Amino acid sequence: MLTYEQARQKYELVVGLEVHAQMLTQSKAYSSDSTEYGSMPNTNISVITLAHPGTLPKFNKKVAEFAIKMGLACHCNISEYNVFDRKNYFYPDLPKGYQITQDKTPICRGGYVPVKTKNGVESQVRLNRIHMEEDAGKSMHLAEEIETLVDLNRAGVPLIEIVTEPDIREPEEAYAYLTEIRKLVRYLEICDGNMEEGSLRCDANISIRLHGETKYGRKVEVKNMNSIRNVQRAIEHEFMRQVELFENGLGDTLVSETRMFDATNGQTYSLRSKEALNDYRYFPEPDLQPFIITQDYLNSIKTAMPPLPNFLKEKFMNTYGLPEYDALVLTDTKEIALWFEELCSQTTNYKAASNWMMGSVKSYLNELNLPIAQFPLQPSQIAEIIGLIEQNKLSFSTASQKLFPALLDNPKTTATEMAKKLDLLQDSSDDLIMPLIAATLAKYPDKVQEYKNGKKGLLGLFVGEVMKGSKGKADPKKVNELVLAALEK
Amino acid sequence: MFLSYTATRQALLSGKTTCKDLVAHYLQKIEARNAELNAFVEVYAQEAMQQAEVIDQKIKAGTAGKLAGMVVGLKDVLAHQNHGLQGASKILDKFKSQFNGTAVQRLLDADAIVIGRQNCDEFAMGSTTENSAMGITRNAFDTSRVPGGSSGGSAVAVQAEMCLTSLGSDTGGSVRQPAAFCGLVGLKPTYSRISRYGLIAYASSFDCIGVFAHNVEDTALVLEVIAGQDDFDSTVSRTPVPAYTQNLALEGKPKICYIKETVENEGLSEDVKQATMKKIAQLKAQGFTVESVDFPLLKYILPTYYILTTAEASTNLSRYDGVKYGYRSPNVTDLNSLYKKTRSEGFGIEVKRRIVLGTFVLSASYYDAYFTKAQRVRRLIKEKTQDLFKTYDLILMPVAPTVAPKIGELAANPLQMYLADIFSVQANVAGIPAIAVPNGTDSQGLPIGIQVMADFFQEEKMLAFAKYLMEK
Repeated sequence: MLTYEQARQKYELVVGLEVHAQMLTQSKAYSSDSTEYGSMPNTNISVITLAHPGTLPKFNKKVAEFAIKMGLACHCNISEYNVFDRKNYFYPDLPKGYQITQDKTPICRGGYVPVKTKNGVESQVRLNRIHMEEDAGKSMHLAEEIETLVDLNRAGVPLIEIVTEPDIREPEEAYAYLTEIRKLVRYLEICDGNMEEGSLRCDANISIRLHGETKYGRKVEVKNMNSIRNVQRAIEHEFMRQVELFENGLGDTLVSETRMFDATNGQTYSLRSKEALNDYRYFPEPDLQPFIITQDYLNSIKTAMPPLPNFLKEKFMNTYGLPEYDALVLTDTKEIALWFEELCSQTTNYKAASNWMMGSVKSYLNELNLPIAQFPLQPSQIAEIIGLIEQNKLSFSTASQKLFPALLDNPKTTATEMAKKLDLLQDSSDDLIMPLIAATLAKYPDKVQEYKNGKKGLLGLFVGEVMKGSKGKADPKKVNELVLAALEK
Repeated sequence: MFLSYTATRQALLSGKTTCKDLVAHYLQKIEARNAELNAFVEVYAQEAMQQAEVIDQKIKAGTAGKLAGMVVGLKDVLAHQNHGLQGASKILDKFKSQFNGTAVQRLLDADAIVIGRQNCDEFAMGSTTENSAMGITRNAFDTSRVPGGSSGGSAVAVQAEMCLTSLGSDTGGSVRQPAAFCGLVGLKPTYSRISRYGLIAYASSFDCIGVFAHNVEDTALVLEVIAGQDDFDSTVSRTPVPAYTQNLALEGKPKICYIKETVENEGLSEDVKQATMKKIAQLKAQGFTVESVDFPLLKYILPTYYILTTAEASTNLSRYDGVKYGYRSPNVTDLNSLYKKTRSEGFGIEVKRRIVLGTFVLSASYYDAYFTKAQRVRRLIKEKTQDLFKTYDLILMPVAPTVAPKIGELAANPLQMYLADIFSVQANVAGIPAIAVPNGTDSQGLPIGIQVMADFFQEEKMLAFAKYLMEK
């Protein structure tokens, strides 16, 4: 049996991902029913959601706006002429017996997403398309119940499906791609990106082939992965499963099928015992007019696009001179990035600003598990602290250990006021320090002599004594310099 | 008085009659003949009387709506809140609509009185009203004959004076053909002229709500009330609705053509052909330009229609699955049997035939050969039909190839039944408006109709000419 590394050397992994993202619209894709998550079963429904006879869909234009935003963020071509199609299949959670989707005219075509894996490997994952569709309801099989219950609250909730080309070659690349997609939908505020609750779902099409082979192998679709990490695990497992079939001469038994991922044992299992070929009988939805995207409409969306993570990352690196690591951490969420932007509009010491964000601010938020929106301090207060340190009025350690916690307890106070109140401001004026030095040297004449005889280590003693005399308000660096000067005299 | 709303309204406003009297009259007619004719599957006697009282009050107060006291019937494909809605199918057994369709809502808002729902072919699929889970409907002129279909109940109800007007639906002639068989006016407006919200879908890109009446004025009036923009139907036209009733006088002499392939069609009966040619000759004598034109595509219209309508029907009817409402087979063991048994037991044979046909033409292996090709042909038919309107104002043609056939005559042969639609489907395939008006009778006294078709949204011109045809 080959090890994973050996298998990777012999076989090439080929992965394409299909991501379904639930749109954060107030109402459903084709009705005015609410999309609220967590409502009592079958309360966000109407005759339209229930597909009562005589009902017709009505397109929610917000869905197109959201889809276009994602398309622009992924460098896609936006289709001018959008036809909706019916995808026909029977399932209890699909009230109409068909899903309204886009088959031949996806709203976005082409495009790409630049990704960088944890190991630093950079690539571009090309997109095939992004199209708009509607979600199905949920079938619930309750324990001890023979009957299946159906909740149609989710039926008709808008989705976009983001389909990549089979470009992904590493499980880590899939991880990086999904991280990027989730970051984008959150920056655009079109989806909450929550994989656990299913508002972001990913199916992986996985095949293998010998390195150098140009034809694709038979692909297996793996579903049911509720985290980005599990997508990576599922790909790793499915890769090895397929490799083993090939290695054992059973490559021909590999069928194009749908398999489910089991997170508890990290394996995939076949969903259907026999290959079921679905014929969805796509055809143009006659109940909806084609949706036309005019250049004006497109431009209005373009101008309203928020800054995207890559743009901010570049800006943080190029304009603020931050290292890539800082820029990545600070653009992880839009909220942090925008808070940092605000901070940088009030200080020019960007590296110090970054350190404060990644250090004290982040650890406070992590400890209390708070989003930045609930951080008690304003960017102006952090900028002020940075300013005080810059002016040598405060040491970094005093600022982070005393001033910062005190401000968090009294967020209405300015940093300077609080520092004054706590008597933390350094007074490094010569008027304060010079007499203290003179007094210290006078106090230890023998030690001065020892120093002059070569025992240079005694410097610390004199500096410490002066600092003590200043009650910690003098700048240690400056004291150091002045004591040294006095001794060398 | 019971044959014209203009007369009815005058009598109501002058106090010569009341809505209650009218409703009582219609209920009496229903009582007398509905058991035999089976035009209504449900009659709202008490409710109609109550509504009549309300509207009588409004008339007294001078606040009566445009259709005050018009007693109407609804084909069993139109959603009427808290009333049964079954599409004449077992699969919607005991189903009640939770909302009013737009057209029905507009009738009610204009103070019309809905007296009941009317039999039809199951899901509007059929040309005789013999394919109904509620039994067949009979033609009031000759009860051994069919009334036509699919809106047969709606036609017979007006024919037998059980109501003044009816709303039906016309996907391939389902209003015009029964109107012709029953001696009535039957209107199918331009596709998208009337909101389809609340109309059970058969073939969405063909379906039109239509009107039955004794005369063109009443037809125009109902159209005026129910047509126009609607938030619930994104395919409905935004074209303003003209005041049809104000423009019923024929202006000038419209140029008319008739399609050679229709009058020369071998399926066309001698009686219908003669009546049509007689009308043409009469118009020519009255100074109209009436010219014969070629339309070689005629023979492709019916196949195109059946491929596309069955395709749409097969998916429109997927929602009837026994999961959410309507009939569910009692013999269900698992999900697959729920679908199979419910749909096998719930749908009638004609509906099943069309679902299977539609599923077939949409299946991956045959999609391009049938569906895609039929879509192209449809576009061609539409273009060629529109071309005729570059030269002519109106097209004249028979409504159906024969007079009303005997019960059972067509049912045995679906292909023969489909051929009965040969002249009526063109308007639906192209999307243009068409109206059937009476054009005499055959040797046995059975009604013959004639059809006028106009360009998109040219209902005014068409209605005015139809009125002229009936009167002159």
